[in-house]
Amino acid sequence: MSFINYMAREINCKIVYYGPGLCGKTTNLQYIYERTNPDAKGKMISLATETDRTLFFDFLPLALGEIRGFKTRFHLYTVPGQVFYDASRKLILKGVDGVVFVADSQVGRIEANQESVENLRTNLAEQGYSLDKIPYVIQYNKRDLPEIATVEELREMLNPTTVPDFEGVARTGVGVFDTLKAVAKLVLTELRKGGP
Amino acid sequence: MVNPQMVMYEEEFNQIQSVVDRLVKDANAKVVFIVDKNGQLIAASGDVDNLDTTSLASLTAGNIAATGGMAKLLKENEFATQFHEGEKANIHIQLVGNRVILVVIFDSKSSLGLVRLRVRKASEELNHIFEALLKKVQEPGADSPFAEITDEDIDNLFND
Repeated sequence: MSFINYMAREINCKIVYYGPGLCGKTTNLQYIYERTNPDAKGKMISLATETDRTLFFDFLPLALGEIRGFKTRFHLYTVPGQVFYDASRKLILKGVDGVVFVADSQVGRIEANQESVENLRTNLAEQGYSLDKIPYVIQYNKRDLPEIATVEELREMLNPTTVPDFEGVARTGVGVFDTLKAVAKLVLTELRKGGP
Repeated sequence: MVNPQMVMYEEEFNQIQSVVDRLVKDANAKVVFIVDKNGQLIAASGDVDNLDTTSLASLTAGNIAATGGMAKLLKENEFATQFHEGEKANIHIQLVGNRVILVVIFDSKSSLGLVRLRVRKASEELNHIFEALLKKVQEPGADSPFAEITDEDIDNLFND
């Protein structure tokens, strides 16, 4: 649910990065944080375990610039990917305007990706959203690793509705901003319609 | 539409800001701010210059969401109040009308009893304001300023 503030002349939108454990959601946010002009970003917050696994969420506020005199601000969140943190994932999806699914391209993670997409669909539905209607993009991450599935295979398994999708290597930044721009565009386009 | 879109107009913003400004004084607080349940900062008052209110807003919302999740498991509706006591700073968090979160940060110059008392009164006022705001947003004709944006407007955002 975006928040339009006529007084401050700004619009705030919430984007959630979803995906199986260790797929690179936090790494996406870290790269965005590192490569963004200090004026355009706030502090990145990571609620993580001692072993740097996301416990609750990561949060990064970004300012993208102005549209028609309104500042556009995006709040980026990640969910904890590990299966047993499902209760936390549901909470973070509240009020979401757009979703990025980060898939792990490794052959050994095919099932984990599929389970996570199903989990995303179920948890969105619980909040009253449909994955088929909400602004949604997919990133096939870890394209630099050996033993990965082809993009065609991943697309067939994870992207039946052919939403925008991108190859990524979040560690070095490949595809990170393309993914973010794509979801931000979809969110803003949705605002034009008066949704979500 | 699942949730009505959160919109803030000048009139209501000024009303909210005056409640928040008054609460800082009445409760002897350092900072008071209001966040919506999704973590968006709505208004703030007091010594906010040295405070990362954006981060605090998102963490407060996460905190309320987690507590709400616990409440659900215990078949409670919500835990409407939270209090965190530190060595120097204390935080009082109050859910208002199950819609927005009122946060008061205070030190030894105030007390929990005073903060509670003042928060109760401010919550009632805020609840009325937000109810009126919600009605206004749902009235037909309250068009989004983004209804007219073009693909070009959106593309221009990313041309850097």
